[in-house]
Amino acid sequence: MFQQDRLNNELTFWQKIKELDYILLTSVFLLSILSLFVMYSTDGGEILFHTKSHFSKIIIFFPLMIFIAFFNIKWWHNLSYLFYLVVILLLIYVSFFGIKSSGSRRWMDLYLFNLQPSELMKIAIILCLAKYYHRIKIENVNSITSIMTVVTIILIPIIMVLSQPDLGTSILIAASGLIVLWLGGVKIKYFIYSFIVFLISLPFVISFLKPYQKLRILTFLDPDRDPLGAGYQIIQSKIAIGSGGLDGKGFLKGTQSYLDFLPEKHTDFIFTLFSEEFGFIGSVALLILYSIIIIRILRIGAISRSNFSRLFCFGFAFAIFIYIVVNLSMVLGLLPIVGSPLPILSYGGSSMLATMIGFGIVLSAKINHKQMIA
Amino acid sequence: MIKGNSGIRKTDVINRRMFIIGAAKIIIFTGIIARLFSLQVNENKKYLTLSDKNRIREWKLPPIRGDIVDYFGNIIAGNLKVYQLHIIPEQVENFNYLLTRLKTILKLSDKKIEKIVKLKNKLKPWESIVVSENLSWSDFLKINNYLYDLVGVKPVMTISRNYPFSEVYTHILGYVSQPNEEEILANETVKERFVPGMKIGKLGLEKTLENHLIGTNAIQRYEVNAYGKRINQLEHQKGEQGLRVRLTVDTEVQKACGKLLNDRAGSISVMDIYTGDIIAMYSSPSYDPNKFLFGISNDDWALIRNNPLKPLVNKTLSGLYSPGSTIKPIVALSALENKIVSPSFKVKCTGKMELYGQTFHCWKEKGHGFVSLKNAMKQSCDTYFYEVARLLGVDRLNVTAEKFGLGKKVLGDYFDFEKSGLFPNTKWKKNNLGKGWVLGETLITGIGQGYTQTTPLQLCLMTAQIANGGYSIKPRIIVDNNPMPLEETKRKLKEETLHTQEKKLFNDPRNIKIVQEAMFSSTNELYGTSYKSRIDDPKYQFAGKTGTAQVKRISMRERELDLKIEQIPYKDRDHALYIAYGPYINPRYALSIIIEHGGSGSRTAAPIAKELFKLIIDRNDLRNKQKNFEEIKI
Repeated sequence: MFQQDRLNNELTFWQKIKELDYILLTSVFLLSILSLFVMYSTDGGEILFHTKSHFSKIIIFFPLMIFIAFFNIKWWHNLSYLFYLVVILLLIYVSFFGIKSSGSRRWMDLYLFNLQPSELMKIAIILCLAKYYHRIKIENVNSITSIMTVVTIILIPIIMVLSQPDLGTSILIAASGLIVLWLGGVKIKYFIYSFIVFLISLPFVISFLKPYQKLRILTFLDPDRDPLGAGYQIIQSKIAIGSGGLDGKGFLKGTQSYLDFLPEKHTDFIFTLFSEEFGFIGSVALLILYSIIIIRILRIGAISRSNFSRLFCFGFAFAIFIYIVVNLSMVLGLLPIVGSPLPILSYGGSSMLATMIGFGIVLSAKINHKQMIA
Repeated sequence: MIKGNSGIRKTDVINRRMFIIGAAKIIIFTGIIARLFSLQVNENKKYLTLSDKNRIREWKLPPIRGDIVDYFGNIIAGNLKVYQLHIIPEQVENFNYLLTRLKTILKLSDKKIEKIVKLKNKLKPWESIVVSENLSWSDFLKINNYLYDLVGVKPVMTISRNYPFSEVYTHILGYVSQPNEEEILANETVKERFVPGMKIGKLGLEKTLENHLIGTNAIQRYEVNAYGKRINQLEHQKGEQGLRVRLTVDTEVQKACGKLLNDRAGSISVMDIYTGDIIAMYSSPSYDPNKFLFGISNDDWALIRNNPLKPLVNKTLSGLYSPGSTIKPIVALSALENKIVSPSFKVKCTGKMELYGQTFHCWKEKGHGFVSLKNAMKQSCDTYFYEVARLLGVDRLNVTAEKFGLGKKVLGDYFDFEKSGLFPNTKWKKNNLGKGWVLGETLITGIGQGYTQTTPLQLCLMTAQIANGGYSIKPRIIVDNNPMPLEETKRKLKEETLHTQEKKLFNDPRNIKIVQEAMFSSTNELYGTSYKSRIDDPKYQFAGKTGTAQVKRISMRERELDLKIEQIPYKDRDHALYIAYGPYINPRYALSIIIEHGGSGSRTAAPIAKELFKLIIDRNDLRNKQKNFEEIKI
């Protein structure tokens, strides 16, 4: 009874500070600092637009993460559906009034940066489904209604993002959603069935792909078919990474990058630059840093009393893992090129905002790991 | 409680499933690290090479041509610093403004401006446009004065071919100029080393010796970005200047030849009779090869091309002339060698000779009376040589003439335009004209008219080989860096003739002596045709033979009129020829002179020899002292 009382009481400010996960916090901080250096390198060793802009985003979003952490996890539990709905509304807004750039309508203009709601959806879908599986009885998980509900929850944003069009983000949203379904206890056979259905419908899906998307797949299968056109990105990316060698060419000395051979070096191909300058050792160190973050999040999920926290942490950890894997596989030539940023390291406000919100909720789960949610 | 149970069961499910994907994560991360390892460690070399290939571009610079020097090491084809004006479009703030400024400063034509604009649209913004290839010093100063106002303009210093003696060596050296595509493809070395703006030999030795003179490209390595723009220079590989080529020619003599010819159409060749060194070879009129370096202007080109005296033709090597009386030493020698005549054999000259109803005139209407070989040579009696030729026959004459180098190229390897000329025989006429030989043709061949065609250099070689005692020499214009003392050269010539009959051009040395004496008398004895041009000082004394080659048949009327040269139209005037060698005692040099439409050889050509021999023989000591060729730094 006594214990129960104490748990129901709100923690004091200092207790919250004490309860923050400092390993996770330090890792995220290190990653942010590292991202600034990398951005400085993409600007050619000068503090130019990308460095300044990235810095200002870190200055805003890093405190935002801690701010979010100070709210009780119950709050986030309560707001989950609302958050999902707001993001859906933003997606609708964007599809009508969004900023059009290079053929797709993904952004809305906020004063500080252009917000890409589909990035926020990566977090919203995890929150929403975590809450759903937290609340549903385990016996009902595999009921038809339940399956239909979650499939709808996942499909709505995916279809909206696909129509922007943005294949990369919709794949990541789908992956994030599916992992929560898996964690929530949806039977393996459903996954197998849907995978078979997916395979069968694949030719049909491909016929719906935009020409540039088809080209990307063809290019992935054989980058040398058009080395100066479609295959250029992946060839140059591999050259940059490969030429980095064991210990890299040195900070600010990545010739592929500063001589502009690297495409989109600020965003999707940021790892290429990093790997060229810091080599295999640096790349592995970066992966270790990411692994620490993921393991820390998993640990927080594991010690959480509430299944909501647990589902969110596990889901979010997996999502981060997926982002990294998809991005790295892409730049290493293991997957076709789909737009997907590397968390924190890539330039881009929305992606960082989403990731920082995720970390904030994870930290909140840590502070309130003993909190039960009805 | 049920709820709690459900919660716990749910937690178990979540945890179990988490472990499954946790394992998958480790496998996938391992896979990614393996991929990284294979790219960065295993295939590092391959990708490093590719990355260098990406970023490093090589720029070849035009090679620096080797110098050509005369016998004394004076540069006759060298390299000069020139000032050029380049525009780098990407640095230009206002292109139109710049063009108007340049137009007023350099007085550029509208056409030139149009050309620049066209080039600008064609080139990448960082590639420089050459506005002027050869800026005068004053223009260069002007540009430098206004440089603050001419953003994007770059004055550049570069190296260009230069011919310091301008027209003096044109017909030997030729010139260099921008090649066209065909010319680039025709020569492997040029093809390999060509860079835009490079010039290659178009004519003469510049063309023939292209592969020796060309030199190797300097190479600049630049780091470039993905768009090909140069970012910074990495290293510089120096090119090697082309080989230095030394010629046998003497600039002083060559210059004197030019002065003596004084823009009249004609040619002078001077040769060392033992080594075959060509001391001078001048074809007149000449033109300034420097004009061709940066593209000759239309006006200049028209002036050269339309000149009726044909400055573009190298008359020494490809001008074909009837030798006229200068052939007589060979006719005499041939007759002596074939034992047709003896020195005492005499012919009566009445001023003409009748043969089958055709009249063959001697130049002296009144006739020479009874003449021996020596007197016939001295006074150039045509009748004597008609008779001797008749007795000798053209075929035997042909053998001697060809032995002495007529009908063959003299320097064939070096000048592709050199002509071989012609000395006829009966077989030749049958094969080429399909008609039988007529005796009358033998007579006129005997006085150097008819089918015979010789180049001035052939006549010079012929004279040299008579002068050296009848030994075959190989004329040369390039010094191969092995000078031999004169005595050794002479000994070698004689030794070689013991082994090979080919080198020996005579059967009886006395016959050569007789011809030499006859040539001596022609110049140095009273009534000799070139007596007026003699030099009495034995140091300079020379022996020679005049020649006057008819360009057209002289009609009876003209013969009666006996017009003065000024009264005859230029194109109908006779060519004036002179061959000579000297000094008479211990001879060393031979020469041939031809003045197109100059009238008579004795009046126009022989006086030139008098002037020349003084200079040539005075310079002989200098030439002999010039031995140590290796000491000159290349």
